[in-house]
Amino acid sequence: MTEILWHGRGGQGAFTAARILGAAYAMKSENNFALAFPSFGPERRGAPIRAFTKLSERQVSDRSEISKADYSIFLDDTLFSENAFSELKDNGIILINSKKQFSDKRIKAIDGYKISEEFLKVPIVNTIMLGAFSVFYDGISEDDIERAISENMPEKIRQKNISAMKAAGKELFK
Amino acid sequence: MARKFLSGNEAFAEGIRLARPEVISAYPITPQTIVVERLSEMVEDGSLNSEFIHVESEHSALSCAMGASAVGARAFTATSSQGLLYMAECLVYASGGRFPIVMMNANRSTALPWNIYGDQRDSLALLDSGWIQAYAENAQEALDLALMSYYIAENKNVSTPFMANLDGFVLTHTYEAVDVPEQDAADKFLPPFETENKLDLSKPKNMAFSAGPASNYIFKYKEHLGLLNAAAVINEAEEKFYKIFGRKYPGLIEKYLTDDAEYILITLGSISGLVKDVTDELREKGGKVGMIRIRYMRPFPNKEIAETVKNAKAAAVLEKDISFGNEGTVFTNVNSALKKSGVNIPVSDHIGGLGGQDISRADIENIFKNMKKGLSDVNFIGIGGDRP
Repeated sequence: MTEILWHGRGGQGAFTAARILGAAYAMKSENNFALAFPSFGPERRGAPIRAFTKLSERQVSDRSEISKADYSIFLDDTLFSENAFSELKDNGIILINSKKQFSDKRIKAIDGYKISEEFLKVPIVNTIMLGAFSVFYDGISEDDIERAISENMPEKIRQKNISAMKAAGKELFK
Repeated sequence: MARKFLSGNEAFAEGIRLARPEVISAYPITPQTIVVERLSEMVEDGSLNSEFIHVESEHSALSCAMGASAVGARAFTATSSQGLLYMAECLVYASGGRFPIVMMNANRSTALPWNIYGDQRDSLALLDSGWIQAYAENAQEALDLALMSYYIAENKNVSTPFMANLDGFVLTHTYEAVDVPEQDAADKFLPPFETENKLDLSKPKNMAFSAGPASNYIFKYKEHLGLLNAAAVINEAEEKFYKIFGRKYPGLIEKYLTDDAEYILITLGSISGLVKDVTDELREKGGKVGMIRIRYMRPFPNKEIAETVKNAKAAAVLEKDISFGNEGTVFTNVNSALKKSGVNIPVSDHIGGLGGQDISRADIENIFKNMKKGLSDVNFIGIGGDRP
Protein backbone atom coordinates (compact mmCIF):
# COMPACT_ATOMS: atom_id res chain seq x y z
CA MET A 1 0.00 0.00 0.00
CA THR A 2 1.18 3.50 -0.82
CA GLU A 3 0.17 6.14 1.69
CA ILE A 4 0.06 9.82 0.82
CA LEU A 5 -0.27 12.49 3.45
CA TRP A 6 -1.44 15.93 2.28
CA HIS A 7 -0.78 19.13 4.21
CA GLY A 8 -2.52 22.35 3.36
CA ARG A 9 -4.56 25.18 4.72
CA GLY A 10 -8.35 25.32 4.54
CA GLY A 11 -9.21 26.59 1.05
CA GLN A 12 -6.01 25.38 -0.68
CA GLY A 13 -7.65 22.21 -1.98
CA ALA A 14 -5.64 19.57 -0.11
CA PHE A 15 -8.61 17.26 0.21
CA THR A 16 -9.64 17.84 -3.41
CA ALA A 17 -6.15 16.72 -4.44
CA ALA A 18 -6.33 13.70 -2.11
CA ARG A 19 -9.66 12.72 -3.67
CA ILE A 20 -8.61 13.29 -7.30
CA LEU A 21 -5.52 11.17 -6.70
CA GLY A 22 -7.66 8.38 -5.23
CA ALA A 23 -10.03 8.57 -8.19
CA ALA A 24 -7.15 8.67 -10.70
CA TYR A 25 -5.71 5.47 -9.25
CA ALA A 26 -8.91 3.55 -8.46
CA MET A 27 -10.49 4.19 -11.87
CA LYS A 28 -7.53 2.62 -13.71
CA SER A 29 -8.84 -0.92 -13.29
CA GLU A 30 -10.99 -3.12 -11.10
CA ASN A 31 -7.83 -4.22 -9.30
CA ASN A 32 -6.90 -0.74 -8.19
CA PHE A 33 -8.25 0.40 -4.83
CA ALA A 34 -8.05 3.68 -3.00
CA LEU A 35 -9.39 5.51 0.03
CA ALA A 36 -9.37 9.28 0.30
CA PHE A 37 -10.50 11.33 3.26
CA PRO A 38 -9.79 14.58 5.06
CA SER A 39 -8.92 15.02 8.71
CA PHE A 40 -12.47 15.11 9.99
CA GLY A 41 -14.10 17.92 11.86
CA PRO A 42 -15.00 21.58 11.51
CA GLU A 43 -12.98 23.33 8.80
CA ARG A 44 -11.78 26.93 8.70
CA ARG A 45 -10.26 28.82 5.80
CA GLY A 46 -6.54 29.27 6.45
CA ALA A 47 -6.25 26.76 9.28
CA PRO A 48 -3.88 23.79 8.79
CA ILE A 49 -5.64 20.67 7.52
CA ARG A 50 -4.48 17.23 6.56
CA ALA A 51 -5.88 14.85 3.98
CA PHE A 52 -5.09 11.23 3.23
CA THR A 53 -4.92 8.99 0.18
CA LYS A 54 -4.24 5.27 0.36
CA LEU A 55 -3.50 3.36 -2.86
CA SER A 56 -3.36 -0.41 -3.10
CA GLU A 57 -3.88 -3.40 -5.36
CA ARG A 58 -6.08 -4.88 -2.62
CA GLN A 59 -9.23 -3.52 -1.04
CA VAL A 60 -8.15 -0.95 1.56
CA SER A 61 -9.94 -1.82 4.78
CA ASP A 62 -7.95 0.22 7.31
CA ARG A 63 -9.78 3.56 7.46
CA SER A 64 -7.56 5.16 10.09
CA GLU A 65 -5.40 8.20 9.50
CA ILE A 66 -1.92 7.68 8.07
CA SER A 67 0.77 7.79 10.75
CA LYS A 68 3.77 7.09 8.46
CA ALA A 69 3.56 8.17 4.85
CA ASP A 70 5.35 7.10 1.68
CA TYR A 71 4.78 10.60 0.33
CA SER A 72 4.12 13.69 2.37
CA ILE A 73 2.96 16.60 0.22
CA PHE A 74 2.96 20.21 1.42
CA LEU A 75 0.84 22.70 -0.52
CA ASP A 76 2.22 25.48 1.67
CA ASP A 77 5.82 25.56 2.95
CA THR A 78 4.85 27.52 6.09
CA LEU A 79 3.38 24.22 7.32
CA PHE A 80 6.66 22.37 6.89
CA SER A 81 8.94 21.64 9.83
CA GLU A 82 11.42 18.95 10.84
CA ASN A 83 8.47 17.11 12.44
CA ALA A 84 7.49 16.07 8.92
CA PHE A 85 10.20 13.39 9.00
CA SER A 86 8.63 11.64 11.99
CA GLU A 87 5.55 10.99 9.83
CA LEU A 88 7.59 9.61 6.94
CA LYS A 89 8.48 5.99 6.16
CA ASP A 90 12.15 5.08 5.75
CA ASN A 91 12.26 5.62 1.99
CA GLY A 92 9.57 8.26 2.04
CA ILE A 93 9.61 11.43 -0.02
CA ILE A 94 8.51 14.92 0.92
CA LEU A 95 7.11 16.99 -1.94
CA ILE A 96 6.88 20.65 -1.16
CA ASN A 97 5.59 23.76 -2.87
CA SER A 98 8.37 26.22 -2.19
CA LYS A 99 10.67 28.75 -3.76
CA LYS A 100 13.40 27.60 -1.36
CA GLN A 101 16.11 25.04 -2.05
CA PHE A 102 16.48 22.06 0.31
CA SER A 103 19.73 20.17 0.77
CA ASP A 104 18.01 17.08 2.26
CA LYS A 105 17.70 14.48 -0.51
CA ARG A 106 14.34 13.32 0.78
CA ILE A 107 12.79 16.68 -0.03
CA LYS A 108 11.70 17.55 -3.58
CA ALA A 109 10.71 21.16 -3.99
CA ILE A 110 8.78 22.78 -6.81
CA ASP A 111 7.82 26.42 -7.21
CA GLY A 112 4.11 25.80 -7.56
CA TYR A 113 3.10 29.44 -7.26
CA LYS A 114 5.07 30.31 -10.39
CA ILE A 115 2.98 27.77 -12.32
CA SER A 116 -0.33 28.67 -10.67
CA GLU A 117 0.24 32.34 -11.48
CA GLU A 118 0.64 31.49 -15.14
CA PHE A 119 -2.19 28.98 -15.55
CA LEU A 120 -4.69 29.57 -12.75
CA LYS A 121 -4.26 33.23 -11.79
CA VAL A 122 -4.84 32.22 -8.16
CA PRO A 123 -2.27 30.91 -5.65
CA ILE A 124 -3.71 27.38 -5.54
CA VAL A 125 -1.31 24.55 -6.25
CA ASN A 126 -3.20 21.34 -5.44
CA THR A 127 -3.39 20.01 -9.02
CA ILE A 128 0.17 21.22 -9.65
CA MET A 129 1.37 19.06 -6.76
CA LEU A 130 -0.59 16.14 -8.27
CA GLY A 131 1.40 16.63 -11.47
CA ALA A 132 4.61 16.68 -9.45
CA PHE A 133 3.56 13.54 -7.59
CA SER A 134 3.06 11.65 -10.87
CA VAL A 135 6.74 12.27 -11.63
CA PHE A 136 7.86 10.53 -8.42
CA TYR A 137 5.28 7.74 -8.26
CA ASP A 138 5.25 5.07 -10.98
CA GLY A 139 1.73 3.86 -10.26
CA ILE A 140 0.09 6.86 -11.85
CA SER A 141 0.50 8.85 -15.05
CA GLU A 142 -0.42 12.36 -16.10
CA ASP A 143 -3.15 10.81 -18.24
CA ASP A 144 -4.70 9.11 -15.19
CA ILE A 145 -4.73 12.43 -13.34
CA GLU A 146 -6.05 14.30 -16.37
CA ARG A 147 -8.99 11.89 -16.55
CA ALA A 148 -9.70 12.21 -12.82
CA ILE A 149 -9.59 16.02 -13.02
CA SER A 150 -12.05 15.89 -15.93
CA GLU A 151 -14.41 13.69 -13.97
CA ASN A 152 -14.12 15.41 -10.61
CA MET A 153 -13.63 19.13 -11.11
CA PRO A 154 -16.22 21.70 -12.25
CA GLU A 155 -16.10 22.30 -16.00
CA LYS A 156 -15.06 25.94 -15.61
CA ILE A 157 -11.72 25.12 -14.02
CA ARG A 158 -10.96 21.73 -15.62
CA GLN A 159 -8.80 22.67 -18.58
CA LYS A 160 -6.59 25.17 -16.79
CA ASN A 161 -5.98 22.74 -13.95
CA ILE A 162 -5.01 20.03 -16.43
CA SER A 163 -2.57 22.47 -18.07
CA ALA A 164 -1.13 23.48 -14.68
CA MET A 165 -0.80 19.82 -13.64
CA LYS A 166 1.16 19.02 -16.83
CA ALA A 167 3.33 22.11 -16.43
CA ALA A 168 4.51 20.73 -13.06
CA GLY A 169 5.91 17.65 -14.78
CA LYS A 170 7.72 19.78 -17.38
CA GLU A 171 9.15 22.02 -14.68
CA LEU A 172 10.58 19.04 -12.79
CA PHE A 173 12.17 17.56 -15.91
CA LYS A 174 13.80 20.86 -16.86
CA MET B 1 -22.55 -0.66 -14.25
CA ALA B 2 -20.49 2.49 -13.75
CA ARG B 3 -17.44 2.59 -11.48
CA LYS B 4 -17.31 5.85 -9.54
CA PHE B 5 -15.20 7.33 -6.76
CA LEU B 6 -17.73 8.25 -4.09
CA SER B 7 -18.06 8.94 -0.39
CA GLY B 8 -20.31 6.73 1.75
CA ASN B 9 -22.99 9.41 1.76
CA GLU B 10 -22.82 9.80 -2.01
CA ALA B 11 -22.89 6.05 -2.56
CA PHE B 12 -25.96 5.75 -0.36
CA ALA B 13 -27.63 8.59 -2.28
CA GLU B 14 -26.95 6.69 -5.54
CA GLY B 15 -28.59 3.58 -4.07
CA ILE B 16 -31.63 5.62 -3.02
CA ARG B 17 -31.86 7.21 -6.48
CA LEU B 18 -31.95 3.74 -8.01
CA ALA B 19 -34.75 2.75 -5.59
CA ARG B 20 -36.93 5.60 -6.96
CA PRO B 21 -38.45 6.94 -3.71
CA GLU B 22 -41.54 9.06 -4.43
CA VAL B 23 -41.06 11.30 -1.40
CA ILE B 24 -37.86 12.45 0.31
CA SER B 25 -38.16 14.50 3.48
CA ALA B 26 -34.99 16.05 4.76
CA TYR B 27 -33.48 18.09 7.52
CA PRO B 28 -29.69 18.51 7.47
CA ILE B 29 -27.34 17.44 10.23
CA THR B 30 -23.61 16.68 10.17
CA PRO B 31 -22.40 14.12 9.04
CA GLN B 32 -25.57 13.13 7.19
CA THR B 33 -26.13 16.34 5.19
CA ILE B 34 -24.41 15.26 1.97
CA VAL B 35 -26.78 12.36 1.36
CA VAL B 36 -29.82 14.65 1.20
CA GLU B 37 -27.87 17.35 -0.65
CA ARG B 38 -26.99 14.87 -3.39
CA LEU B 39 -30.59 13.67 -3.56
CA SER B 40 -31.86 17.24 -3.85
CA GLU B 41 -29.43 17.78 -6.77
CA MET B 42 -30.71 14.62 -8.43
CA VAL B 43 -34.31 15.84 -8.09
CA GLU B 44 -33.23 19.24 -9.44
CA ASP B 45 -31.43 17.84 -12.49
CA GLY B 46 -34.22 15.37 -13.24
CA SER B 47 -32.25 12.17 -12.69
CA LEU B 48 -34.64 11.35 -9.83
CA ASN B 49 -38.39 11.95 -10.04
CA SER B 50 -39.33 12.51 -6.41
CA GLU B 51 -41.09 15.02 -4.20
CA PHE B 52 -38.27 16.58 -2.15
CA ILE B 53 -39.61 18.21 1.00
CA HIS B 54 -37.29 20.31 3.11
CA VAL B 55 -38.93 20.17 6.53
CA GLU B 56 -38.29 22.24 9.66
CA SER B 57 -37.03 19.49 12.01
CA GLU B 58 -36.18 15.80 12.29
CA HIS B 59 -39.48 15.17 14.06
CA SER B 60 -41.20 16.55 10.97
CA ALA B 61 -38.87 14.68 8.60
CA LEU B 62 -40.05 11.32 9.84
CA SER B 63 -43.67 12.46 10.28
CA CYS B 64 -43.60 13.57 6.66
CA ALA B 65 -42.16 10.25 5.49
CA MET B 66 -44.91 8.50 7.44
CA GLY B 67 -47.61 10.60 5.80
CA ALA B 68 -46.16 9.71 2.41
CA SER B 69 -45.98 6.02 3.25
CA ALA B 70 -49.58 6.15 4.49
CA VAL B 71 -50.79 7.04 0.98
CA GLY B 72 -48.70 4.25 -0.52
CA ALA B 73 -45.62 6.25 -1.54
CA ARG B 74 -42.07 4.96 -1.19
CA ALA B 75 -40.47 7.34 1.30
CA PHE B 76 -36.92 8.19 2.37
CA THR B 77 -35.38 10.33 5.06
CA ALA B 78 -32.00 10.57 6.75
CA THR B 79 -30.59 11.82 10.01
CA SER B 80 -27.92 11.46 12.66
CA SER B 81 -27.28 11.64 16.41
CA GLN B 82 -29.39 14.34 18.14
CA GLY B 83 -31.62 14.42 15.08
CA LEU B 84 -32.37 10.72 15.44
CA LEU B 85 -33.08 11.18 19.14
CA TYR B 86 -35.35 14.13 18.39
CA MET B 87 -37.40 11.97 16.01
CA ALA B 88 -37.55 9.07 18.51
CA GLU B 89 -41.25 9.63 19.14
CA CYS B 90 -41.95 9.19 15.43
CA LEU B 91 -39.77 6.07 15.15
CA VAL B 92 -42.25 4.03 17.19
CA TYR B 93 -45.16 5.55 15.26
CA ALA B 94 -43.61 4.42 11.99
CA SER B 95 -42.88 0.90 13.18
CA GLY B 96 -46.21 0.52 14.99
CA GLY B 97 -47.99 1.80 11.88
CA ARG B 98 -46.00 -0.74 9.83
CA PHE B 99 -44.78 1.91 7.38
CA PRO B 100 -41.80 0.54 5.43
CA ILE B 101 -39.87 3.81 5.36
CA VAL B 102 -36.12 3.73 4.77
CA MET B 103 -33.91 6.05 6.79
CA MET B 104 -30.16 6.45 6.63
CA ASN B 105 -28.54 7.27 9.95
CA ALA B 106 -25.00 8.64 9.97
CA ASN B 107 -23.74 7.22 13.27
CA ARG B 108 -22.57 10.05 15.47
CA SER B 109 -21.94 10.64 19.15
CA THR B 110 -24.73 12.04 21.33
CA ALA B 111 -24.43 15.10 23.58
CA LEU B 112 -23.16 16.12 26.12
CA PRO B 113 -20.24 16.86 25.76
CA TRP B 114 -21.12 18.09 22.28
CA ASN B 115 -19.32 16.15 19.56
CA ILE B 116 -19.88 15.56 15.85
CA TYR B 117 -17.68 12.48 15.43
CA GLY B 118 -18.74 8.91 14.96
CA ASP B 119 -19.95 6.39 17.49
CA GLN B 120 -23.00 4.15 17.57
CA ARG B 121 -24.77 5.32 20.70
CA ASP B 122 -27.43 7.12 18.67
CA SER B 123 -28.84 4.13 16.79
CA LEU B 124 -28.23 1.56 19.53
CA ALA B 125 -30.19 3.76 21.97
CA LEU B 126 -33.15 3.17 19.63
CA LEU B 127 -32.67 -0.55 19.13
CA ASP B 128 -36.04 -1.20 20.78
CA SER B 129 -38.00 1.12 18.50
CA GLY B 130 -39.15 -1.66 16.20
CA TRP B 131 -36.99 -0.83 13.19
CA ILE B 132 -34.76 -3.12 11.19
CA GLN B 133 -31.19 -1.97 11.89
CA ALA B 134 -28.36 -2.63 9.43
CA TYR B 135 -24.73 -1.49 9.69
CA ALA B 136 -22.56 -1.02 6.58
CA GLU B 137 -18.81 -1.57 6.45
CA ASN B 138 -17.93 0.34 3.27
CA ALA B 139 -19.41 2.57 0.58
CA GLN B 140 -20.27 -0.31 -1.78
CA GLU B 141 -22.22 -2.07 0.92
CA ALA B 142 -23.91 1.24 1.77
CA LEU B 143 -25.14 1.64 -1.81
CA ASP B 144 -26.27 -1.97 -2.01
CA LEU B 145 -28.05 -1.73 1.35
CA ALA B 146 -29.95 1.34 0.15
CA LEU B 147 -31.33 -0.67 -2.73
CA MET B 148 -32.00 -3.82 -0.71
CA SER B 149 -33.56 -1.94 2.21
CA TYR B 150 -36.83 -1.26 0.37
CA TYR B 151 -37.04 -4.83 -0.89
CA ILE B 152 -36.81 -6.07 2.70
CA ALA B 153 -38.91 -3.39 4.43
CA GLU B 154 -41.77 -3.54 1.91
CA ASN B 155 -42.19 -7.31 1.90
CA LYS B 156 -45.75 -7.77 3.15
CA ASN B 157 -44.68 -10.25 5.82
CA VAL B 158 -42.23 -7.65 7.12
CA SER B 159 -43.82 -4.19 6.65
CA THR B 160 -41.27 -2.66 8.96
CA PRO B 161 -39.21 0.51 8.63
CA PHE B 162 -35.50 0.13 7.87
CA MET B 163 -32.62 2.08 9.42
CA ALA B 164 -29.36 1.80 7.48
CA ASN B 165 -26.40 2.92 9.60
CA LEU B 166 -23.17 4.36 8.23
CA ASP B 167 -20.37 5.35 10.58
CA GLY B 168 -20.09 9.13 10.61
CA PHE B 169 -17.08 10.52 8.71
CA VAL B 170 -15.01 7.29 8.50
CA LEU B 171 -17.68 5.93 6.18
CA THR B 172 -19.93 8.88 5.27
CA HIS B 173 -17.04 11.17 4.28
CA THR B 174 -14.44 8.70 2.99
CA TYR B 175 -14.15 8.29 -0.78
CA GLU B 176 -13.63 4.94 -2.47
CA ALA B 177 -14.41 3.17 -5.74
CA VAL B 178 -18.01 2.01 -5.98
CA ASP B 179 -19.89 0.15 -8.70
CA VAL B 180 -23.13 1.97 -9.40
CA PRO B 181 -25.74 -0.28 -11.05
CA GLU B 182 -27.78 0.77 -14.07
CA GLN B 183 -31.37 1.84 -13.50
CA ASP B 184 -32.90 -0.99 -15.54
CA ALA B 185 -31.04 -3.59 -13.47
CA ALA B 186 -32.14 -1.83 -10.27
CA ASP B 187 -35.74 -1.88 -11.55
CA LYS B 188 -35.43 -5.59 -12.19
CA PHE B 189 -34.35 -6.04 -8.58
CA LEU B 190 -36.82 -3.73 -6.89
CA PRO B 191 -40.46 -3.64 -8.05
CA PRO B 192 -42.61 -0.55 -7.38
CA PHE B 193 -44.01 -0.27 -3.85
CA GLU B 194 -47.45 -1.81 -3.48
CA THR B 195 -49.31 -2.00 -0.21
CA GLU B 196 -52.79 -2.37 1.19
CA ASN B 197 -51.69 -0.44 4.27
CA LYS B 198 -52.64 2.93 2.78
CA LEU B 199 -55.32 5.58 2.67
CA ASP B 200 -57.41 4.80 -0.38
CA LEU B 201 -60.71 6.54 -1.18
CA SER B 202 -61.99 3.49 -3.01
CA LYS B 203 -61.29 1.25 0.01
CA PRO B 204 -61.78 3.43 3.10
CA LYS B 205 -60.27 2.11 6.30
CA ASN B 206 -59.14 3.32 9.69
CA MET B 207 -55.37 3.73 10.05
CA ALA B 208 -53.06 4.77 12.89
CA PHE B 209 -55.83 4.14 15.40
CA SER B 210 -55.96 3.52 19.16
CA ALA B 211 -55.93 -0.02 20.52
CA GLY B 212 -56.79 -0.65 24.18
CA PRO B 213 -55.58 -3.38 26.52
CA ALA B 214 -57.85 -5.97 24.91
CA SER B 215 -55.99 -5.90 21.59
CA ASN B 216 -52.87 -3.78 21.90
CA TYR B 217 -50.62 -6.72 22.75
CA ILE B 218 -51.69 -8.51 19.57
CA PHE B 219 -50.43 -5.60 17.47
CA LYS B 220 -47.15 -5.64 19.36
CA TYR B 221 -46.80 -9.39 18.90
CA LYS B 222 -47.37 -8.98 15.16
CA GLU B 223 -44.84 -6.18 15.03
CA HIS B 224 -42.34 -8.56 16.64
CA LEU B 225 -43.15 -11.27 14.09
CA GLY B 226 -42.70 -8.77 11.25
CA LEU B 227 -39.16 -8.08 12.41
CA LEU B 228 -38.42 -11.78 12.85
CA ASN B 229 -39.74 -12.42 9.32
CA ALA B 230 -37.21 -9.93 8.00
CA ALA B 231 -34.38 -12.46 8.51
CA ALA B 232 -35.61 -14.76 5.73
CA VAL B 233 -36.41 -11.82 3.45
CA ILE B 234 -32.88 -10.44 3.93
CA ASN B 235 -31.51 -13.75 2.61
CA GLU B 236 -33.99 -13.73 -0.27
CA ALA B 237 -33.06 -10.13 -1.14
CA GLU B 238 -29.35 -10.95 -1.10
CA GLU B 239 -29.82 -13.98 -3.35
CA LYS B 240 -31.78 -11.96 -5.88
CA PHE B 241 -29.25 -9.16 -5.60
CA TYR B 242 -26.41 -11.58 -6.32
CA LYS B 243 -28.18 -12.96 -9.39
CA ILE B 244 -28.69 -9.50 -10.86
CA PHE B 245 -25.59 -7.60 -9.73
CA GLY B 246 -23.06 -10.35 -8.97
CA ARG B 247 -22.24 -9.10 -5.48
CA LYS B 248 -22.72 -11.56 -2.66
CA TYR B 249 -23.74 -10.66 0.89
CA PRO B 250 -23.66 -13.09 3.82
CA GLY B 251 -26.93 -12.39 5.66
CA LEU B 252 -27.21 -11.16 9.23
CA ILE B 253 -23.52 -11.67 10.02
CA GLU B 254 -20.27 -11.77 8.07
CA LYS B 255 -17.82 -14.43 9.22
CA TYR B 256 -14.12 -13.79 8.70
CA LEU B 257 -11.71 -16.70 9.25
CA THR B 258 -13.94 -18.14 11.96
CA ASP B 259 -14.01 -21.80 10.86
CA ASP B 260 -11.09 -22.94 13.03
CA ALA B 261 -10.79 -19.82 15.17
CA GLU B 262 -10.18 -20.18 18.89
CA TYR B 263 -10.59 -16.48 19.59
CA ILE B 264 -13.30 -14.46 17.88
CA LEU B 265 -13.84 -10.74 17.95
CA ILE B 266 -17.42 -9.64 17.34
CA THR B 267 -17.97 -6.13 16.06
CA LEU B 268 -20.01 -4.02 13.64
CA GLY B 269 -19.66 -1.18 11.18
CA SER B 270 -16.59 0.22 9.46
CA ILE B 271 -14.07 -0.70 12.18
CA SER B 272 -14.43 -4.27 10.86
CA GLY B 273 -12.01 -3.40 8.07
CA LEU B 274 -9.18 -2.74 10.51
CA VAL B 275 -10.15 -5.83 12.56
CA LYS B 276 -9.82 -7.93 9.38
CA ASP B 277 -6.33 -6.49 8.77
CA VAL B 278 -5.26 -7.29 12.34
CA THR B 279 -6.82 -10.77 12.08
CA ASP B 280 -4.75 -11.38 8.92
CA GLU B 281 -1.56 -10.23 10.66
CA LEU B 282 -2.18 -12.43 13.71
CA ARG B 283 -2.99 -15.39 11.44
CA GLU B 284 0.38 -14.95 9.72
CA LYS B 285 1.99 -15.35 13.14
CA GLY B 286 -0.02 -18.51 13.74
CA GLY B 287 -2.82 -17.06 15.87
CA LYS B 288 -6.12 -18.88 15.51
CA VAL B 289 -8.25 -15.76 15.41
CA GLY B 290 -11.36 -14.70 13.54
CA MET B 291 -14.00 -12.02 13.35
CA ILE B 292 -17.76 -11.76 13.21
CA ARG B 293 -19.22 -8.60 11.75
CA ILE B 294 -22.80 -8.08 12.83
CA ARG B 295 -24.60 -6.66 9.77
CA TYR B 296 -28.04 -6.57 11.33
CA MET B 297 -28.70 -5.69 14.99
CA ARG B 298 -32.45 -6.17 14.35
CA PRO B 299 -33.50 -8.81 13.62
CA PHE B 300 -30.67 -10.02 15.87
CA PRO B 301 -28.55 -12.95 14.61
CA ASN B 302 -28.88 -15.08 17.76
CA LYS B 303 -28.35 -18.50 16.17
CA GLU B 304 -25.77 -17.33 13.65
CA ILE B 305 -23.52 -15.89 16.35
CA ALA B 306 -23.92 -18.83 18.75
CA GLU B 307 -23.27 -21.35 15.97
CA THR B 308 -20.10 -19.49 14.90
CA VAL B 309 -18.48 -19.08 18.31
CA LYS B 310 -19.56 -22.35 19.94
CA ASN B 311 -16.21 -24.06 19.31
CA ALA B 312 -14.08 -21.04 20.19
CA LYS B 313 -12.21 -20.76 23.49
CA ALA B 314 -13.26 -17.17 24.06
CA ALA B 315 -14.88 -14.24 22.32
CA ALA B 316 -14.96 -10.48 22.74
CA VAL B 317 -17.23 -7.68 21.62
CA LEU B 318 -15.86 -4.38 20.30
CA GLU B 319 -18.52 -1.68 20.16
CA LYS B 320 -18.85 2.09 19.98
CA ASP B 321 -21.55 2.22 22.59
CA ILE B 322 -22.19 1.99 26.33
CA SER B 323 -25.45 1.50 28.21
CA PHE B 324 -24.40 3.50 31.26
CA GLY B 325 -24.57 1.57 34.51
CA ASN B 326 -24.40 -1.79 32.80
CA GLU B 327 -22.37 -2.66 29.67
CA GLY B 328 -22.37 -2.22 25.90
CA THR B 329 -25.72 -3.01 24.27
CA VAL B 330 -24.14 -5.25 21.62
CA PHE B 331 -22.49 -7.23 24.43
CA THR B 332 -25.85 -7.69 26.18
CA ASN B 333 -27.38 -9.02 22.98
CA VAL B 334 -24.44 -11.32 22.18
CA ASN B 335 -24.43 -12.80 25.69
CA SER B 336 -28.15 -13.48 25.49
CA ALA B 337 -27.64 -15.25 22.17
CA LEU B 338 -24.93 -17.49 23.62
CA LYS B 339 -26.90 -18.25 26.77
CA LYS B 340 -29.98 -19.29 24.77
CA SER B 341 -27.87 -21.72 22.74
CA GLY B 342 -26.02 -23.06 25.78
CA VAL B 343 -22.65 -21.73 24.61
CA ASN B 344 -20.61 -21.14 27.74
CA ILE B 345 -17.34 -19.40 26.90
CA PRO B 346 -15.80 -16.23 28.37
CA VAL B 347 -16.88 -13.11 26.51
CA SER B 348 -15.45 -9.69 27.30
CA ASP B 349 -16.76 -6.30 26.27
CA HIS B 350 -14.60 -3.54 24.80
CA ILE B 351 -15.99 -0.05 24.52
CA GLY B 352 -14.10 2.13 22.06
CA GLY B 353 -14.46 4.87 19.52
CA LEU B 354 -16.79 6.97 21.65
CA GLY B 355 -16.99 10.49 20.27
CA GLY B 356 -14.62 9.52 17.46
CA GLN B 357 -11.85 8.09 19.69
CA ASP B 358 -9.27 6.40 17.49
CA ILE B 359 -9.21 2.60 17.72
CA SER B 360 -5.70 1.51 16.73
CA ARG B 361 -4.23 -1.77 15.52
CA ALA B 362 -2.57 -2.13 18.92
CA ASP B 363 -5.95 -1.75 20.66
CA ILE B 364 -7.37 -4.58 18.56
CA GLU B 365 -4.30 -6.77 19.11
CA ASN B 366 -4.73 -6.19 22.85
CA ILE B 367 -8.33 -7.34 22.73
CA PHE B 368 -7.21 -10.61 21.11
CA LYS B 369 -4.40 -10.97 23.66
CA ASN B 370 -6.71 -10.37 26.61
CA MET B 371 -9.26 -12.84 25.25
CA LYS B 372 -6.78 -15.58 26.06
CA LYS B 373 -7.01 -14.65 29.73
CA GLY B 374 -10.63 -15.72 29.60
CA LEU B 375 -11.98 -12.75 31.52
CA SER B 376 -15.58 -11.64 31.12
CA ASP B 377 -15.58 -7.98 31.93
CA VAL B 378 -16.25 -4.51 30.55
CA ASN B 379 -13.21 -2.54 29.35
CA PHE B 380 -12.89 0.97 28.02
CA ILE B 381 -10.19 1.34 25.38
CA GLY B 382 -7.62 3.83 26.62
CA ILE B 383 -8.85 3.59 30.23
CA GLY B 384 -9.25 -0.01 31.35
CA GLY B 385 -11.84 -1.95 33.33
CA ASP B 386 -14.96 -0.36 34.73
CA ARG B 387 -14.32 -1.60 38.29
CA PRO B 388 -10.92 -0.24 39.32
